Amino acid sequence: MNEQQQTLWEFMQQQSDKLLTQTLQHIGLTFVSLFIAVLIGLPLGIFITRKKNFSGPVLGIASILQTVPSIALLGFMIPLLGIGAKPAIVALLLYALLPIIRNTYTGITGVDAAVKEAATAMGMSKWQILFKVELPLAMPVIFAGIRTATVITVGVATLASYIAAGGLGEFIFGGISLNNTNMILAGAIPAALLAIIFDFLLSRLHKLNIKKLRTVTIDLPLLLLVLSSLYFIPSAYGTKLKAGFTPEFMGRQDGNLGLISKYGLKIQTLVINDAVMYKAAYEKQLDVISGYSTDGRLKAYDLVVLDDDKKIFPPYYAAPIVRENSLKKFALLEKILNLLAGKINDSTMTALNYKTDYLHQSPERVAKDFLVANKLWKPARNGNDGIVRIGSKIFGEQYILASIYSMLIKGYTNYDTSTKTGLGGTKICFDALTNDQIDFYPEYTGTGLLAILQPSPKTIDSLTHSKDETYNYVQKEFEKKYKIKWLKPIGFNNAYALMMRKKQAKGLNIKTISNLKRYLDR
Amino acid sequence: MIKVQKLSKHFGKVKAVDEISFEVKEHENLILLGTSGCGKTTTLKMINRLIEPSAGNIFIDSKNIFEQSPETLRRGIGYVLQNNGLFPHYTVAENIAIVPQLLKWDKKRTEKRVAELLEKLHLTKDYLNVYPNELSGGQQQRIGLARALVADPAVLLMDEPFGALDNVTRSKIHAEFKALDELKRKTIIMVTHDVQEAFELGDHICLMDQGKIIQDGTPADLLFNPKNSFVKEFLQEQKLQLEFKAIKLNQLSRPLKGEAEKGVGQKVNNISADVSFWSVLEHFKFDGVDELNVIDKENNETWSANFEELMSAFYQYKKQQFHE
Repeated sequence: MNEQQQTLWEFMQQQSDKLLTQTLQHIGLTFVSLFIAVLIGLPLGIFITRKKNFSGPVLGIASILQTVPSIALLGFMIPLLGIGAKPAIVALLLYALLPIIRNTYTGITGVDAAVKEAATAMGMSKWQILFKVELPLAMPVIFAGIRTATVITVGVATLASYIAAGGLGEFIFGGISLNNTNMILAGAIPAALLAIIFDFLLSRLHKLNIKKLRTVTIDLPLLLLVLSSLYFIPSAYGTKLKAGFTPEFMGRQDGNLGLISKYGLKIQTLVINDAVMYKAAYEKQLDVISGYSTDGRLKAYDLVVLDDDKKIFPPYYAAPIVRENSLKKFALLEKILNLLAGKINDSTMTALNYKTDYLHQSPERVAKDFLVANKLWKPARNGNDGIVRIGSKIFGEQYILASIYSMLIKGYTNYDTSTKTGLGGTKICFDALTNDQIDFYPEYTGTGLLAILQPSPKTIDSLTHSKDETYNYVQKEFEKKYKIKWLKPIGFNNAYALMMRKKQAKGLNIKTISNLKRYLDR
Repeated sequence: MIKVQKLSKHFGKVKAVDEISFEVKEHENLILLGTSGCGKTTTLKMINRLIEPSAGNIFIDSKNIFEQSPETLRRGIGYVLQNNGLFPHYTVAENIAIVPQLLKWDKKRTEKRVAELLEKLHLTKDYLNVYPNELSGGQQQRIGLARALVADPAVLLMDEPFGALDNVTRSKIHAEFKALDELKRKTIIMVTHDVQEAFELGDHICLMDQGKIIQDGTPADLLFNPKNSFVKEFLQEQKLQLEFKAIKLNQLSRPLKGEAEKGVGQKVNNISADVSFWSVLEHFKFDGVDELNVIDKENNETWSANFEELMSAFYQYKKQQFHE
């Protein structure tokens, strides 16, 4: 425990520059959104107290916005506003709107009717009643709304890193994909602290008496403005091209760290979620992105992979990995699974992924079409010689592979199959395999090496430049350590890759990562 | 001073106020009396345009009120509400100074006037920086009154001003209300459902029912010459007490001096002739006086009488009223 804390502390010290930038961005993002939300929500809330007919629709729409999952809302923003700060701020402010509008409305309608009547009867104009009576009396309720909105916004702002708007989400999501607890905590703890601190400060304001509240009403917008400006301090520098990398890629030796150390690549980099990254590249929001070499969107968005001429990305050749016990239990299994060996190359896999990811065909249909086209398809025999349990990770390519294997097994043997798709990430899938929950699943050599075996950096360096050496090493080690057998590779290499728009790459004559570096340095 | 002509207010098909007309003379205290829903509050609120009428005209000082901006009109009319409507976020001083602030008085003038009013309403200066929720109901109502009086408006509208108070506090405030010289210079329209209050405070009563004025007259008129059975029944309860309140000393014929001689050590109080018979009774009951010296300024004469003599004069007067 003690050691854990120390390493977290060390991590935070090591990354203090980044941490500070992210925290400032986070505060800035929160308050820009909050400031605009107050600017819109307060007048809107006042408006619907005057025109009661509008109160239903306005509150209804704000409530609906609140129920839209944050990631979906961020997703909707990209076609409209691109990536980066703009869509993030808009999405965040939409979330902050409901509590502000609703509490303004409730607060003002809750003002004692006798007080309002007295104000009118003494000859106050509508505006005087609003500013001298209604707003001051509704202020505690309105404040409570702003407080709720602040806490919500601090929380949702972590998702801003999905669309390259920065903030503490960069650490949180980077840490999750890298399985790096310190990194997660380095983002999560400051985010939680921010929420608690802001909530506490606002609650103090809340308790001030009415006299002081008058000065607060003036100071608060100023304070919000100052805090908002924090967002614009970082992200000052720019380069000729703009890169967008996933949080995972950012933190990996065989990712951005390698690009910097081995290639000396200097490029303005935004952190972004891979779900929106490809589209952002297509829409020219980004020029260089990190992706997977068999991703269907490569085809969908007309992107091209830059050649990794210094071999920093280890090979990720896919092959089924099977429990040795299962191979004994199902004698025909190895032969059947090897039917697929060498049958799918990079472009074939990209095309298959394109069909599921972009054309939204079901993995089963894509699998069957593929088998039929390759004359491998046989109708299911509906046999009952036992059930082979197939696992897959939670993305399209694995679903397709699992379906193909399932159809092969059912068509060529009397075994039945059950598929356990969607087994989270590598760790969950692999644990399921070693604990005899599944019989096999498709794995990648690079993942086996780097995520599961985790040998010394020296060993990794000596292996990763050659696909065969990597394959041989994982095959040998898995057998020794886990009694799990790597069957023959399927053929394609789903490795990390840098990609650009085809047209731009051609125009700039960039084919390799070294070309890219030279262009940037020029 | 205030002239209301054929005033109507319809809420949908309901005629809340139905073509009513009445007049209030300067410095007179008019009571709009009736049960809830009779239209009395609606009528009152149309006079400072809190409610806009469906038809009809209102003149104050011969000026049509609909030709002025509502804000200007209201700044010249004092308004007292049943639930006082004090601003909870303003101190007592700030509450009273709302209208002066709207009228842009300078600070000194406002302060002086606020202090003056507080004194008249028997509140000490300690209350100036206190918030309304720290005051008792009676005190709050006094501040409400001060707020309405601060700019010395000629007209004062009062919507059940004492309705939320307990009986003891109410009669105390009634007494102060009658004694306050500022109020004697005002033309007042007051809404109430309390018959006793109407008879005690009103120079003139409009008894309303279902949006119409059933009878318009002095308390004595209503009591001794009811226009119809509705008026009669409305006043039936506690009739004797109302009679005491409706009849003033100077309406009585001067009682014949009895044979009883003035004993030594008898207690004698002076009393003005324009008070109600009810106050006479209070003197005998609470002060334990034996005889009253009645000072009649109008006729410039003074006479005295004891309890028995005054009672018999009262019954004589009553008899005359019913024989008329």
